[in-house]
Amino acid sequence: MTRDRSRRRPQSHLPLQVLLGFLVVYFLVPFWWVIVNSSKDAPGLFGGGNTLWFADRIDYLGNLQQLFTYDNGIYGRWILNSTLYALVGGLGATVLAVMAGYGFAKYRFTGRRFSFSLVLGALMVPATALVIPTFMMFSEFGLTNTIWAVIIPSLLNPFGVYLMHVYARDAVPDEILDAARADGAGEVRTFLQVAFPLMRPAVVTVLLLSAVASWNNYFLPLAMLSDNRLFPVTVGLGLWQGIASANNAGSTSLWSLIILGALVSVVPLVIAFFTLQRHWRGGLSVGGLR
Amino acid sequence: MIEKSAPDAQQRTRRKRSKIRLREQVMGWLFVGPFGIVFLALLIAPLAYALYLSLFQKRLIGGTSFVFLDNYVKAFTDPSFLSGSWFVVRFSLVSIPLQIVVALAMALILDAVTSMFTRFSRLMIFLPYAIPTVIGAVMWGFLYSKSFGPLADLFGLFGAAPPDFLGGNLIFYGLVNIVTWQWAGYYMIILYAALQGIDPALYEAARMDGAGKWQIALRIKIPLITPALLLILVFALIGTLQFFNEPQILRSLAAGTIGPDFTPNMYAYQQAFALANFNYGSAISFALGGIVFVGVYAFLFFTRKRRSFL
Repeated sequence: MTRDRSRRRPQSHLPLQVLLGFLVVYFLVPFWWVIVNSSKDAPGLFGGGNTLWFADRIDYLGNLQQLFTYDNGIYGRWILNSTLYALVGGLGATVLAVMAGYGFAKYRFTGRRFSFSLVLGALMVPATALVIPTFMMFSEFGLTNTIWAVIIPSLLNPFGVYLMHVYARDAVPDEILDAARADGAGEVRTFLQVAFPLMRPAVVTVLLLSAVASWNNYFLPLAMLSDNRLFPVTVGLGLWQGIASANNAGSTSLWSLIILGALVSVVPLVIAFFTLQRHWRGGLSVGGLR
Repeated sequence: MIEKSAPDAQQRTRRKRSKIRLREQVMGWLFVGPFGIVFLALLIAPLAYALYLSLFQKRLIGGTSFVFLDNYVKAFTDPSFLSGSWFVVRFSLVSIPLQIVVALAMALILDAVTSMFTRFSRLMIFLPYAIPTVIGAVMWGFLYSKSFGPLADLFGLFGAAPPDFLGGNLIFYGLVNIVTWQWAGYYMIILYAALQGIDPALYEAARMDGAGKWQIALRIKIPLITPALLLILVFALIGTLQFFNEPQILRSLAAGTIGPDFTPNMYAYQQAFALANFNYGSAISFALGGIVFVGVYAFLFFTRKRRSFL
């Protein structure tokens, strides 16, 4: 429908496209700055040349080598840590959310309404309000400053449960489940082989959102971890930035590492979003349509 | 919320029905149970623990003692907590409407115009959401920086002094800009998806009745995506009220401007982890969580949209 209209009167949309062009430039400027400036060495960065264009010397490889060897290659560790936290936390949160969302949508059990309203209430509890008490609890169990201190809290994803509930309710007809049961499939098999394939777009969405939430997490690992070898890349770069700002003149080389480090840390997320975009967007629309 | 079809159930014998009911009970709890355990351990327990901790006070002499609501009285008379809260309120009033207006405008444009360029734009506008907030703040910190940011060059062209988004009053707008950049694309995607879900026959009918493009946008598209608008408003509220990452990261670059009590969350963090005052930190966290919860719930209740969202 929209395509028909634009074919009939393409010129009328030109102002909108120009406006859009300006917005795209605005959204891309920080990326452009980081891409350009991660090619520079310290003199190029501080030498007062054009900050939005390349310097004479373009040295991505040298900077990359520096980035991954600085401080015994701690940056590589941070990236691996982030990957581990995002994959394990994201997968765990997704499994729990898919099961719970399906359970809430497809079974009528005592306490269902009450439990589900608790989950909805949890959507409104700010995650950061939980960080300090969770830290205190974990420190009593000796769990702080371990990888579990970051992974376990990321298993909690009430929004994922909400999204899966809405999606399972609409996309998995009861008739199909009843038919599978009538054919002799058990509940688990019905869930795995009949319901699960129907819920796949929402599952991908929840998986991606949980993994990204873990990758992006900052406050929790900042509070939980003191050993910098356990840091995710967000906390690590924050640490470097603090050091570099504290003695600006003495650590000019650290600034170029931070710039390139920011660029490298973004690449996996961008790849994940763009390769999976066809799958997750369908799932995301669900929450906004009710 | 879907009820089992009644006539179907009537045909079954009573024994079969009770067997089914038992199955529903057991299977329902088996599916929900694992999340339920995590929910109890990582949400209910910490909240209860925060409440408990917030009722005590550790003193240098005399150890820990029960002080009931003293920590809350202290918080709500503490200039640091109050000024941080006031900042967050002002920040919400400016940044949330801005984010939503930008997101809505972009979603309406992308819904109305389809071309290679708009498809590309949609991805690029969304891109900042894929960036950790911390990295986004680091990137903008560079752009604002006087020593290697482009602002000096840009304003130098006109012979003007560059604005210092890391200092004084401009830090407010510096942060508004970062937050808008980071989130507008995500909200745009949610609104865009909702717009795509509208039946095009409605537009055709409106055009037959003589509605122009603006009228279609204002009278049909926007009212129909109200639930999605409400959803992003709630997201933005919850997110903004717990503001932490961006100012915390910019602190090192804007040391004079952003103090440790800049937002309530930063203040709670400072109390707990820099000053080892976990009781007071917990009280601030709990008060903040409670205010957000009550605020969002009241908002949904009074807009009478509670059912459509929940």
